[in-house]
Amino acid sequence: MKVKASYLPYLLILPAFAYLMFFVGYPLIQALYLAFTENGAFSLATVNRTISDPRFWDALKYTIGLAAVIVPTQVGLALVLALVMNRAFKGKDLALYALIIPLTISDVAAGLIWYAMLSPSGFLNKLFLNIGLIDNPVYFFGYQFRHMEFLAIVLAELWRATAIVFVIILAGLQMISPEYLEAAEVFGADYWTKLRKIVIPLLKPSIQSALIIRTLFAMQVFGIVWILAGRDIPILAGEGFYQLTEIKDYGVASIYALTIAALSIVLGAMYIKFMKAEYLEVKE
Amino acid sequence: MNEKTKFMLKQIAFYTFVFTVVAWIVVPLIVVTLYAFSSKLDYYDPSKIIPFHYTKQWVYTLLFTLRALDAIKNSIIVAVLTIIISFALGIPAGYAIAKFIFPAKDTIKLSIVALRMFPIPVMAIPLVVLYIRLNLIDTLLGVALAHTAMALPFVVLITSSIFAGVSTELEEAAMVFGLTRLGAFLRITLPLALPGLAAAAMFTFVMSWNEVFVASVLTLQHRTLPAQILSIMAGASGGAAPDYYKFAAAFIMMLPAMLFVFFARKYLITMWGITLK
Repeated sequence: MKVKASYLPYLLILPAFAYLMFFVGYPLIQALYLAFTENGAFSLATVNRTISDPRFWDALKYTIGLAAVIVPTQVGLALVLALVMNRAFKGKDLALYALIIPLTISDVAAGLIWYAMLSPSGFLNKLFLNIGLIDNPVYFFGYQFRHMEFLAIVLAELWRATAIVFVIILAGLQMISPEYLEAAEVFGADYWTKLRKIVIPLLKPSIQSALIIRTLFAMQVFGIVWILAGRDIPILAGEGFYQLTEIKDYGVASIYALTIAALSIVLGAMYIKFMKAEYLEVKE
Repeated sequence: MNEKTKFMLKQIAFYTFVFTVVAWIVVPLIVVTLYAFSSKLDYYDPSKIIPFHYTKQWVYTLLFTLRALDAIKNSIIVAVLTIIISFALGIPAGYAIAKFIFPAKDTIKLSIVALRMFPIPVMAIPLVVLYIRLNLIDTLLGVALAHTAMALPFVVLITSSIFAGVSTELEEAAMVFGLTRLGAFLRITLPLALPGLAAAAMFTFVMSWNEVFVASVLTLQHRTLPAQILSIMAGASGGAAPDYYKFAAAFIMMLPAMLFVFFARKYLITMWGITLK
């Protein structure tokens, strides 16, 4: 039996809810104020200053570009990993723990860890030099190697954040009732048919939430890029950080923040709409 | 090829795949640890993939000369403050969601889930203005208050699921025998929920320990470890710090996280399951 409704639960929730509302609401209003006013009056001067800077468009381009490369790869990789790890095998627990270690490692540390792997005197360069795969070290860092920096960020992000997607999809897999699969087997379905017709459709909600979470976090990527590439690869959070801490232009920094917020809202809404439509289609 | 060899080959392929993936995760961790203690000569020697000579010099310089030890202290203070504030606010809310039925409960729960997605830079950048006005800028309390805003949705969701796992009958029985609701909560539910809450506290600790954007924006002198590391190391191209300091920094930063995996491994998957759903 549960206690019937009274004012007590609201009283218990109120402090936490008010706290969150303040820390979400205040910054949004303050950001709008900083972005759209000058000397207390409405003005688009700050907006013009931001969008006339090519770095703003570069940051937008690279933030979306990184997400477009990283997120789908992560989801594909995590799906394969989850399907493999959903079986019972010897040493499964140990493998599982190893796979989720990156969840606890910060983006700054992950950037530095991959710097150890990819630097000119790093592990991979020395390994490939010694087994004769390459004659000279491959350079990943520095402005003239920007494409390689992009690759380094992708590698580090795949290493760090695939685990989040993996855990979500694995949880989804474990919720699928074995009866569906047994029924399919009775009718003679092989592994791939079961995967395509049963497992993937039932995994849609998990894949959807993984996509939303990863894409939203990709819009605010910061530490890993800042460590591996600095401003060679401009990104929204990094440029906002730079404007705030170096230039002290709070208005422009706020516009970067608002751009991240706007992207997050649009992407979240798009995913929910798009994925729902497809989900219903499968059900028909 | 008969069925048996086919099965064998499948097994081998399977284990090779699992091994590769595990190696992909674990090898960088081992490499960075070895490099953090590698002598300079061994690191720059192209023929030595794994260093043979080791030194504690880089970790020591980082801790004492480059003030990482102070930053570690700051990080611990911020994380502990974050745990205290977010649990003080989050436990009542989590308890209410777990044990009561009330109108608008789903809406409230859903908005807390949504708030978890609120981008950190969007919170941090405008907050600077308020913090300057309130003299909270460059204070550890200021960082902890912002980290609480980041951690609170997780704390509410995790604690509500922990409390939901503690049987309501026990609490009711205690109330039949004369305890108040608060007494029953403190004497029955809370002790039973303690292991889960300890794991949740570790989760909050790691979240705060790892957070870099808020900490970098809101502090200048009193930096937490990631903020301090970022300001020393930022931009590999700028290359302010020699490489081996970077590895020492990575090693120091990942230690508590690894300990967390070890101590909380029983709760780990469930907890992430809750926070990610």
